[in-house]
Amino acid sequence: MSTPMSPSASPSRAASLTLAWRFAAFHAEGFPVLPTLILLVLVLTAVFANVIAPSDPEIGTLGERFRPPAWQVGGSEKYLLGTDHLGRDVLSRLIFGARVSMVVGLTAVLFAGAVGTALGILSGFLGGWVDQVIMRVTDTWLALPALTFAIFLAAVVGPSEMNIVIILGAVYWTRYARVIRGEVLSLRERDFVRLAIVAGCSKWTIMRRHILPNVLNSAIVLGTLMLGVVIVTEAALSFLGVGVPPPKPAWGLMLADGKKGLMAGYWWLTVLPGSCIMLMVLSANLLGDWLRVKLDPQLRQL
Amino acid sequence: MTPLLEIDRLTTRYVSARGARVVEAVSDISFRLEAGETLGIVGESGSGKTTLALSIMRLLPPGARIAAGAVRFEGEDLLAKSDGEMRRLRGKRIAMILQDPMASLNPLFTVGDQVGESLRVHEGASRRTAWTRARELLTAVKIPAPEARVREYPHQLSGGMRQRIVGAIAISCEPRLLIADEPTTSLDVTIQAQYLNLLRDLQREHGLALIFITHNLGIVARMCDRVAVMYAGRLVEIGPVRRIFDAPAHPYTRALLESIPRLADARARLTAIDGQPPDLAALPVGCAFHPRCPKVEDRCRREVPTDIAVAEDHRARCWLAAR
Repeated sequence: MSTPMSPSASPSRAASLTLAWRFAAFHAEGFPVLPTLILLVLVLTAVFANVIAPSDPEIGTLGERFRPPAWQVGGSEKYLLGTDHLGRDVLSRLIFGARVSMVVGLTAVLFAGAVGTALGILSGFLGGWVDQVIMRVTDTWLALPALTFAIFLAAVVGPSEMNIVIILGAVYWTRYARVIRGEVLSLRERDFVRLAIVAGCSKWTIMRRHILPNVLNSAIVLGTLMLGVVIVTEAALSFLGVGVPPPKPAWGLMLADGKKGLMAGYWWLTVLPGSCIMLMVLSANLLGDWLRVKLDPQLRQL
Repeated sequence: MTPLLEIDRLTTRYVSARGARVVEAVSDISFRLEAGETLGIVGESGSGKTTLALSIMRLLPPGARIAAGAVRFEGEDLLAKSDGEMRRLRGKRIAMILQDPMASLNPLFTVGDQVGESLRVHEGASRRTAWTRARELLTAVKIPAPEARVREYPHQLSGGMRQRIVGAIAISCEPRLLIADEPTTSLDVTIQAQYLNLLRDLQREHGLALIFITHNLGIVARMCDRVAVMYAGRLVEIGPVRRIFDAPAHPYTRALLESIPRLADARARLTAIDGQPPDLAALPVGCAFHPRCPKVEDRCRREVPTDIAVAEDHRARCWLAAR
């Protein structure tokens, strides 16, 4: 096995988490238990946001503005993590924010993944001018700075959750196209693809039945790694005001709203959503890293 | 009666990007193959054996072109067919076994799915019927416990079994012609023997014609009715196996036969053919074999030998054979 890469891989922790280990049926060394648990909690939070959240995330009480978290002086049991500049419950907003991040993050990754994988397969398998066209477009795309490009697109189409997904997909499909094309180039020379040609399968049948299933591994690994990138970009767009429109509770938006209160000592308005973004992105990346090592035969030293 | 396969003066060329280098990998080749017959094609690496097979299948890589000649299969001109017609023919009426059958299986699909794939592609069989047929085919290639094996994945099977499964795929649509391109070079000797027996059994039971491409003359002696010897893209000699082994007409064939190691006489030195195979882009004038030929004459250095009938069904491209 390769050397453990995630911080959760130390032997003592591995021993203490044996049960969770078995339960997850992952016997491999270095499985990132903590990041996976965090992601799981975040997903559950997103799914059951309306059940868990103590109050409405979009309607506040103006009389209760800038209340600190419950354990600080001036905090109240009613607002466990305090309130923002409109008197909205921060905890509820964070909970619903998880839903926004998850929905936007996952759909954008799926969208980018579907487009990029399809184009990567076409490009790699068909070769010739199709390959040339797709790869030159990809090169041009990759030459543009992602965030600037996303801001530009957002400014053109206007802010909405749906638009954010499309923008993120449009910006990030190129990474898939590149990686998948490379995989396909090597798969195309494998004997089972030749056998399929010799057996009279059409190009489409070969791409669908023989190429696609064999690149899914890479697509999934890339997707996990892209999830972090996409969520950060979404937060950045929301922070800049071209992302999820207010009063929707997006973490990036909360950060943007909260920065005004930072000098006034309202730390919970920035630190909390910031921590949420960090936790989610870090967890997704650690899981992705582990998957990459696990599924890559070269790193697995097979 | 029309033969099953008739190759008539086939020439295939590889042309480099700007046409600077032209290599004639298959040069003016003609032969016929009757139904149920086995033809061995032997020759050194780079003598054009595989290009010949790919020309028949019309699966040449980009850059290769069939420049002249005809390929008739069951009386139909294959070179005149559209890509779609060719695709429907491949795997159904002409099947092919590739050089490394071990790697010919897709690691992600069950044996049943892969053996049934041709049936689904060519005969529109449902997944269920394809699986039922797959089980029968596994029985036909003598795989024990076929009910269990259809559900397994390639990595769960031994090398010999994967071999047989590739054989099962090849015969799944009951083709008339099977082209096997060095199917045993990657196998160890015991499995080789088993596999050859299997191919021969399948051939007898299904009345298949077989083109067996190899550089192993021992296999040719065992498997084939007739043998064709290729050198530098040309068919230098063709005839019944017995005759070729007993009385080769072409010096190259004779040299090949002499370079088989023999166990009977341990003191005899293994003979090798002097010199190197020629550069196909710059063939010597006259007979391509003349720089290495022990019996070279003036005429060989000037003129390319024509196809000369040595005996009935025995032809050679050598000026010496004319006498």
